Amino acid sequence: MAIEVTIPNLGESISEVTLIEWLKAPGDYVERDEPICVLETDKANVELPSPAAGIIQPLRKSEETLSIGDVIAQLNEGTPTQPAAEVNTSASNTTLAQDPGPAKEAEPSTTTSSEISSTPTADLSEPQLSPAVRRLLDEHNVDPAAIKGSGKDGRPTKGDVIEFVEAQRTAAAQFPSISTPSKLSADQPEPPTSNTGGHGLRRVAMTRIRQRIAERLVTAQQTAAMLSTFNEVDLSAIIELRRRHKERFAEVHAVTLGFMSFFCRATVLALREFADLNASIDGTDIVYHDFVHLGIAVSTERGLLVPVLRHADTLSMAEIETEIKRLATGARDNKLTLDDLSGGTFTITNGGVFGSLLSTPILNPPQSGILGMHTIKDRPIAVDGEVVVRPMMYVALSYDHRLIDGQTSVTFLLRLKELLEDPARLMLEI
Amino acid sequence: MGQANYDLLVIGAGPAGYKAASHASSLGMKVACVERSKLGGTCLNVGCIPSKALLESSERYREAFGTLDSHGIKLGSVELDLGTMMDRKEQIVHTMEGGIRALFKNRMVDHISGSARLAGEGSVVIASAEGETLLRASNILIATGSTPIQLPALPFDGHRIISSTEALSLEHVPQRMAVIGGGAIGLELGSVWNRLGAEVLVIEFLDHLLPDMDLEMSDQLQRLLRRQGLSFRLGTRATGAEITDEGVHLQLSDEEEESVETCDIVLVAVGRRAVTETLGLEGIGVTLDGKGRVNVDDRFRTNIDGIYAIGDVTAGPMLAHKAEEEGVAAVECMAGRPGHVNYAAIPSVVYTFPELAAVGLAEEEARRQELDYRVGKYPFRANARAHCMGEIDGLVKILAEVRNDRLLGVHILGTQASHLIAEAVSVIEFGGSAEDIARTIHAHPTLSEVIKEAAWTLVP
Repeated sequence: MAIEVTIPNLGESISEVTLIEWLKAPGDYVERDEPICVLETDKANVELPSPAAGIIQPLRKSEETLSIGDVIAQLNEGTPTQPAAEVNTSASNTTLAQDPGPAKEAEPSTTTSSEISSTPTADLSEPQLSPAVRRLLDEHNVDPAAIKGSGKDGRPTKGDVIEFVEAQRTAAAQFPSISTPSKLSADQPEPPTSNTGGHGLRRVAMTRIRQRIAERLVTAQQTAAMLSTFNEVDLSAIIELRRRHKERFAEVHAVTLGFMSFFCRATVLALREFADLNASIDGTDIVYHDFVHLGIAVSTERGLLVPVLRHADTLSMAEIETEIKRLATGARDNKLTLDDLSGGTFTITNGGVFGSLLSTPILNPPQSGILGMHTIKDRPIAVDGEVVVRPMMYVALSYDHRLIDGQTSVTFLLRLKELLEDPARLMLEI
Repeated sequence: MGQANYDLLVIGAGPAGYKAASHASSLGMKVACVERSKLGGTCLNVGCIPSKALLESSERYREAFGTLDSHGIKLGSVELDLGTMMDRKEQIVHTMEGGIRALFKNRMVDHISGSARLAGEGSVVIASAEGETLLRASNILIATGSTPIQLPALPFDGHRIISSTEALSLEHVPQRMAVIGGGAIGLELGSVWNRLGAEVLVIEFLDHLLPDMDLEMSDQLQRLLRRQGLSFRLGTRATGAEITDEGVHLQLSDEEEESVETCDIVLVAVGRRAVTETLGLEGIGVTLDGKGRVNVDDRFRTNIDGIYAIGDVTAGPMLAHKAEEEGVAAVECMAGRPGHVNYAAIPSVVYTFPELAAVGLAEEEARRQELDYRVGKYPFRANARAHCMGEIDGLVKILAEVRNDRLLGVHILGTQASHLIAEAVSVIEFGGSAEDIARTIHAHPTLSEVIKEAAWTLVP
C-alpha cells in the first residue's frame, strides 16, 4: 500500500514553496523522519522529513513551485534490501484530493498492480509489539525499526526500548535543524554506540542533524569572507538605569528589565543606520530587509538554538523582554515552532552568561552580521585623564566582508557603543 | 551394525516417551516404543491423572458438606462411596490409556511390551514373557522415568507404609494418616484423604513446605491447609516405625525431642529417583550423575553416540510437561533440527485447594541472584468473580526487574491457579514486562483480573 507525501502546513502566511532539491533518489529506501527534500519558503529553507519508512518515488521536479497539500512523492512498502514491486507512478496520485496536512494513505486499488509484501523479520508493524513497548515508543517518539530486539523472534522488549532511549539521551547532543523540531528517531544510520576500541577512546557516530549543522557552518565560513571587529562598552549608565527603575518596570510590565532589551534596542537602531548588516547575499543579489528579525542565541541542553525576535525594530523594551522570555522558555522546553526559528536577519549572541570575555562569533547564514556580547567586568579605564573603574563589556561583530566593508562594521560597533553608554540616545533614537 | 529395525527406539511410554515416539513418527521416522508396564507411565497410571481425578472428586465431597449450604442448596445426608470414586478414577485412566494406544496406532508407532536392556551399539534386548528379542535402532531414547524414593528407616510394605501409588487406591478412608514429605505429592494426597475424612499429619524435614516454591506463597498455603484440617510438624524427621495390629507407631525427631505419633497408615512422599537399574547402562558405559540420573548435554545426548535420554530419568524438575517438551525437542535434535526447551519458563503447580502455581523465580532465588526486583501483589479477595465463586483465598505475586520491568516470576495461590499461570508463562516466553500484562485487556469478571491488578501495582 502506498503512502502519499504532501507539502505540509509550514507556518502561517506560507502558501507556496519551491522544491529546491531532492535529497533522495527514486527507489531509495528512506526511514521515517529522514529528510527527503529541501523546500524553500519565503522565510527559510526547510527540510521535509519522510512521514513513514519505505521506498520513495519522487513525483515533482526540483525548481517546481508547489502549494501546501501538493503531493510530491509516493512511499511504497519495502525494506532496505527488498523493495516492493515497481509501482505505477504516472498514476492517479495527482488526481487525489489536495488535503492540507500530513500525508495520508492512498487507496490500494488505484496504485498497485502486484506487490511483494515486505519480509516479516524486517517489518515490525504495530500489532507485533507488546503494549508496554508500543506505549514507550509513542511516548518517546521512537521508530521501532531502530531498536534491536532481544525478545522472542527478535521482538523488542520494554527493556530494549528503555535502553535505546537512554542511549539516545547520553549520545552527542541533538541539534535540531532550523526547519523541524527534533524527534528521537532512526535519524542516524545506527543508534550511537560507544566503542572504546580498547585504547581509552570513545567513538560515537554523529547524528544526522549534527552532521548537517557541521556542514552548514563550514560552508558559511567557506562562502562568506568572515572577519571580526571589536570594541568595548561602559555599561555603568545602563546599570544605573536598571538599578533605579527595574522594580517599577517589573511591576508595570510583569517582566524583568534585563540587559537584552537594551542590547536589542541599540542593535536595531544601529542596523537602521547600517542597512548592509541587516541584508544578505543571495547569489549575485543583495537582499535588503525593511524589518529586523533579530535572532537571539539561546543555549539549551540539546545545543544552541536561535529563536527569532520578529519585527524587533517595532518592539518596546517591555515587549522585547517578554518575547525573549517566551522564546527562551520555548527553546528549553522544545516547544518552538518553525516560525520561531526561522527568518532571522541579524543575530545577537551573549557568551557573557557563561563568562566569556571575548570571542569571535560565527555567522548564521544567510545573515551578514552577528553581534557578540560578553561578560561585564569591572576594569580600570581612563576617563578624562583619570583612572576609574567601570563595568566594561567587550563587544564583537563578525561580518561578511563580501558585503560589509571595514568602515561599516567599525562604525556600527562604535554607534552601538555610543547608544549603550548613553541610553538616552536609545529613547531619542540618535 | 546390521540393518536397523527402527530409526528410533524409545524405552518407556510415559509422557516423555510416548510424546517423543509420536513426534518422531510424524517427522517420518520408523519408531518403536518399549514399555514394561502400562502405557502412559507414572503420570497416567499412578501420578498426575489419577491424583487429579481424586482431588476433583474429594473436593466435590468437601463442598457438599460445607459450601453448598451458603448457596442455598440444602442437602440431606451426604454419603461417600469410595468404590465408585475409585472406579471413576480408573475409568478416566483407562480412557486416556486408550487414547495413547490409538495415537500409537495412528502414528504407526510399534508398541512393544517388555523390559529393555541396552546391548551394544544401536542394539536393545527386549525381555518379555515370550522370551528375548534383539532389536536394532539408529537412535535409542531412554525415557524410563522415576519411582518413589524409599526411606531406609521406613521401607515400603504396600500396606502400612505406602508410596503415592498405593495412596491413590486405598480401599478405605484411613482414620489417621501420616504423610512424610511436605512436597506437592504429599500435600495433594494428604488433601485428598483429609477431605474424605481422615486426620492427616504432614511431617516435613525442612522448616517449610514445598522447598522449590516461593516461601511467602508456601507459608500462605500452609495456613490455608491448616484451616482445612491438616496438621503439620515441620523441621521434623521420621526415624523409624513400629508396626502393630492397631496401626503404626511412627518415631519422629525434631530439634528438641523424640516423639511418637500413632496412625493407621504412613505415606512416604519424600521425592522420586531416576529408574535406570535394568537398562544395563554400566555395560554400555552411559554415565550417571551423583543422583543416579542419566547425564545428557543440551541436545539430550548421553556420552554414548546414538543414545539419548529425557524426562524424569534426567536432571531437572520431575514434571510431565517438562518431560514432554524434552521428548519433542530431543526428537527434533535427532532429525537435525533445532530442538530447545526453555527451562526458565516451566510452570510448576501444586494441585491442593486452593492451587499454587508458579513460573520463573521465587523471591528467595531473585535475592540469591542479587537481582534488583520489585514485587506487585493483589489478593483474590478483591476480585468480584472470586466472590461469586465463593473462593476468595489467595493472591497473585509478581516479581519484575527494576531496570527494565522484565517479568522474573509470577506466583498464584488461588482457585484455578494451574490454568491462570499459563498467561504468565506466555509473557515470560516472549520476554515481556509487568506493564505488558497490566496493559493487556483481561475479561471481566474473571479471576485473570487478579493477575492484571497485581501487574498494575508495578506500573508507576
